[in-house]
Amino acid sequence: MTDAAIAPLLVAPIEGPRVTTERPLVQVTLIGVAVIFLVLFLLLPLAAVFVEALRAGLGTYFAAITEPDAVAAIKLTVLVAAIAVPANVVFGLAASWAIAKFEFKGKSVLNTLIDLPFSVSPVISGLIYVLLFGAQGYFGPYLQSHHIQIIFALPGIVLATIFVTFPFVARELVPLMQEQGTQDEEAALSLGASGWKTFLKVTLPNIRWALLYGVVLCNARAMGEFGAVSVVSGHIRGETNTMPLHVEILYNEYNFAAAFAVASLLALLALITLVIKIGLEWRYADQIAASRRH
Amino acid sequence: MHVNVQNVVRTFGVTPALHGVSLEIEPGELVALLGPSGSGKTTLLRILAGLDIPTEGRVMFDGDDALKLTVQQRNVGLVFQNYALFRHMNVLDNIGFGLRVRPRTRRPSRKEICKRALELLDLVQLSGLEKRFPSQLSGGQRQRVAFARALAIEPRLLLLDEPFGALDAKVRRDLRRWLLELHNKTGHTTVFVTHDQEEALELADRVVVMSEGRVEQIGTPDDVYDAPNSPFVFSFIGESSVLPVRVEQRKVWLNEKPLDLPAGDVPNGPAKLFLRPHDVDVVDNVSGAIVGEVTVLRRHAGLRRVDLEVGAQRHRIEIELPADFSLNLASPVAFLPRRYRLYPASQALGS
Repeated sequence: MTDAAIAPLLVAPIEGPRVTTERPLVQVTLIGVAVIFLVLFLLLPLAAVFVEALRAGLGTYFAAITEPDAVAAIKLTVLVAAIAVPANVVFGLAASWAIAKFEFKGKSVLNTLIDLPFSVSPVISGLIYVLLFGAQGYFGPYLQSHHIQIIFALPGIVLATIFVTFPFVARELVPLMQEQGTQDEEAALSLGASGWKTFLKVTLPNIRWALLYGVVLCNARAMGEFGAVSVVSGHIRGETNTMPLHVEILYNEYNFAAAFAVASLLALLALITLVIKIGLEWRYADQIAASRRH
Repeated sequence: MHVNVQNVVRTFGVTPALHGVSLEIEPGELVALLGPSGSGKTTLLRILAGLDIPTEGRVMFDGDDALKLTVQQRNVGLVFQNYALFRHMNVLDNIGFGLRVRPRTRRPSRKEICKRALELLDLVQLSGLEKRFPSQLSGGQRQRVAFARALAIEPRLLLLDEPFGALDAKVRRDLRRWLLELHNKTGHTTVFVTHDQEEALELADRVVVMSEGRVEQIGTPDDVYDAPNSPFVFSFIGESSVLPVRVEQRKVWLNEKPLDLPAGDVPNGPAKLFLRPHDVDVVDNVSGAIVGEVTVLRRHAGLRRVDLEVGAQRHRIEIELPADFSLNLASPVAFLPRRYRLYPASQALGS
């Protein structure tokens, strides 16, 4: 081939990008719109939370978050998350294991059911439990005669939270486990590993980052859930109030400084979650890439 | 280990994957399960491994019922096409895995496991790579690590599922030679699945040709290549050309013309003549020979591939001639196969 013949080929890639790249004005406009939107709807409110929380000074801030009702709300929120998240980790692992590694009838139904909490309004999710376990509910009379309190008590809050955070772990794991297939497990079994050891030493390490990612998202939602919990909690101060509910009560009482102080804790949780999420996404992408290369 | 597979049937739902397969494997043998995809060869391998359970039939290991044993108890080494190395473990940990997961009473000490793994790494000629992770190895290296990992448990039977399928041609050739040397050194009874007839013929002591869930033929590479017992085996192994002919008076007839080819004991009636492109002689005497008209000429290494159209129906067949043989397009060529097989048309229908 002569130089003349090569020349157009060399020029082509330099000319190429112009075809698929927007003109500078369009670029600036698009990026500008996105930035303004982010600042207006995300950054400004977030900043407002912290500004409002600290407006009355650090003393008031710490008083608001160490006040007994606030402490009780924080403790309850942590307790609910501590029950709901592990429950959903176990469920999520079991469901994604079943969906990804086995063929069975009703698999697509199970797959759809996992997404149900995403498509149902949280208030409805709460109401379901009131209908089932409330005083006038299906199991109400039975529960009352046995002195078991579910609605307006911890069990109800936990149930509603588990329902709402159902999909987070499973949704992360199913696609990854489907992609990884069953060969690693079969190899481990043929090498003499028991089912449990195979799970611990082969399956779990293969999905650990995706699992952690799901847990972080699940935890953030479990601590921040308002709608479903609001319906089943009964709003008893110091007893069945979670942090989001506590914020609402304080706000309704025009106690803005305290409301924003507690809200700032939730915002902080969101920020921490975001940082872990970004870190994991970075790490997780690496893992996925490694598994693709593999 | 002696393996005896008796009338194994496996159905998935309503579709049968294996219809009554029987097979015996002698200790130390290297056996190839050869067939196109969907022939049931991988299902049979998985049944041997204990990863699948036959619907009917028996599998005996050294005279004991293997179906009563779990995957773990069977003590078979498995090597997958995609290696299935544990990506979060380094090479040494991968190889030692089978020893590490043993119950405490049968588990060697940590030091011993490490020593054994290093020995195996040496056996597969990868010394020095023990700290690498699978993603840092080439395909051929991963496959060798997979072998070492399977050998670590001192398996009674080594099962290889398309062991070289994911590798490029050059690496595949090298690994084949390496596998033969390894087999000669360790003497493991080995079964491998392949769809590559060249690989099967080159490596195996015996080849099991499978098609649609049935065993078509079991024999040495020479048996299945030189004496294929069915049209399927003939056309699946090696290259072949087919001509529809008729058998009458113990002779082969092509379009009302008797050929100088004895029909043996093939019954009278329509039949198919199978021949290998390289097993032909060009003849001067047109009477009694197959005559075709050249349609395509292709240079193929030291030979020339010639496409011919034969007879009024213009059947296309392919033959190979020396490269210096002078031929022109549309010129007639008369030839006779040196070796051929005749199958009654009824038998040939299935293939």
